[in-house]
Order: sequence, then structure tokens, then C-alpha cells
Amino acid sequence: MTLSELDKRIIMELQSGLPLVSRPFEALARRVGITEEEFLARVHAIQQAGIMRRIGAALRHHRVGFTANAMIVWQIPEERIVEVGEQMSRLPEVTHCYQRVSLPQWPYNFYTMVHGRSREECQRIAEKLAQIAGVNNYRLLYSVAELKKSSMKYFMD
Amino acid sequence: MQLDHLDRQLLNLVQSDFPICPQPYQVLAEQLGITEQEVLQRLERLMQQDVLRRLGGIFDSRKLGYKGTLCAMKVPQDRIDEVAAVINSYVGITHNYLRDHEYNMWFTILAQSPAKVEQILNEIRERTGIEDIINLPSQRFFKVLVNFDLSGED
Repeated sequence: MTLSELDKRIIMELQSGLPLVSRPFEALARRVGITEEEFLARVHAIQQAGIMRRIGAALRHHRVGFTANAMIVWQIPEERIVEVGEQMSRLPEVTHCYQRVSLPQWPYNFYTMVHGRSREECQRIAEKLAQIAGVNNYRLLYSVAELKKSSMKYFMD
Repeated sequence: MQLDHLDRQLLNLVQSDFPICPQPYQVLAEQLGITEQEVLQRLERLMQQDVLRRLGGIFDSRKLGYKGTLCAMKVPQDRIDEVAAVINSYVGITHNYLRDHEYNMWFTILAQSPAKVEQILNEIRERTGIEDIINLPSQRFFKVLVNFDLSGED
């Protein structure tokens, strides 16, 4: 699906947030200059094309009790990446799972983010993951402070 | 700050399954057995309390033509605030965390091309005088999930 200029404007409105009024899509449609019906039809199309995953809420995790977050970085042999990625991403404690480029000064090539209620819980999750995947080369980097957390503003950067 | 049972049910619903129809808050209200007005009031309060950061479209950055990368740099302790202000000034840098490692500042960049990422990194090097930034673009993606199950929490 190729995005039209209208689609891009709709995406910009959807990412700026839904107003808390009875007919939120009607309010957004008015800003774009189309009807609520047309707006909703485009939103469905954009979602069906997989461009928008869903409309949903983003929460402040530390406000709902998930206070510790750890990035676990792993050294996984290239030939085992897919297998390990599939195993680890199956666990609900793992919120993000990526293979990334490694560098001489940073030999880690695989990343999992885990959220827990304490550092000890994060540590336990890491041990569980290591055991499941049968790998030992890893370290945990805990977040000490959140300096920025925002949602991307596509087409506005 | 106290979240009651209804708050948690409401947050679970809006995290995963926000209805795309003319009166979505009315649909949520019917699922919860309360009025549309009460749904709107609760969401407004949760926003004010900063529990709810945003209610809006969640997009697949790859399908929008954006490339994502993770970067890290070594920032001296007494320069954290100043360097964070530079990093955080970019719209495409959506997350920035301080972590307990020599590479202590970790941030993500979303941009429309690898060249654009390089341009941002070069600007950061110039503005901060810190040369050592590692750029770790993703090569394969397995999972991203940002929902938290709150239903079993009361």
C-alpha cells in the first residue's frame, strides 16, 4: 500500500492522540477536512495493510508497578540466532527481542528487554532465558534513569 | 496513587483492543457496565496522573519506511544533563535511558534512512564533543510488545 498525502495527514492525527470526547474520530476527521465515515474507512485500510498495528494506550510502566527494566545483551553464535530468538520471544517477560550488529568494542549481537518488579526478578528472568537457550555469554544493563520516553511523530521529524 | 479494579480493567482494554468505530468510548463503557461519561472521566484522570501516557495509533515503523537503531555513548557523570538535552532534542530519538555501564547513555533513533541516522550521530558528536558513539542497527526483529497485564493486580 502506498500512502497518499491524505493518509499521511491521518497518520499524523492518529499519532498525536485521540481526544477524550464522545466522537473522537469525527474530531480528527474535521481537522483533516473529511467526514468521520471517510476517516474511519482510511483508518481501517491503514490497519489492514499492517501499517498501524492498533489504536492503543501507552502506559508509564513504573507507575503501574513494573519498576525495574533490564536490557540483556547476549553473544549468540550466528547459526543459532533464529532458534534462540524464537525461543526467547515466546516468554511473556520478554517485551523486545532483536538481533543487532556487533562491533569490536561491543561484541553483543542479540538483545532482550525485560521488565520486572525488581532487579532480582530481572536477574531471575535472565537466568531462565540463559537456561532455555543454553547460552552463557550475557550481561544485564539496568536502567538507572529514564531520560526520554516518547512516541514517534512520523513525518514530523 | 491508587488504581481501582475498574481503572485496571479499563487500562487493559485500551491497551490492546481499542474499538475503531464512531463512538469507541461508548463501546468500552458497555463492556465495563458503566457510562460513556464515566469512561471519559476515568481516562482523563489517568492522563492527569500520568499513568496513561498517550492514547493513539501504534504504527509499524518499518512499514512507514523508517529504520531503527540503538546507540550508546560514554558520557562523563557531570555532563549527563547537558548531553541528554542535546540527545533528547531530536524527534526521531524516542527513548533515552541511563544504564549502569561505561557506555551509560542508551538511546534509540528512528529515521527514514541510514544516512539520516549518520547525520544525526555526526551532529551529536559535533554538539557534545563526544566521539565514541556505538551504532547498533537491528538486523532481525523477533518481538516487540508493550502491553502489561494489570488484571491480576488487585
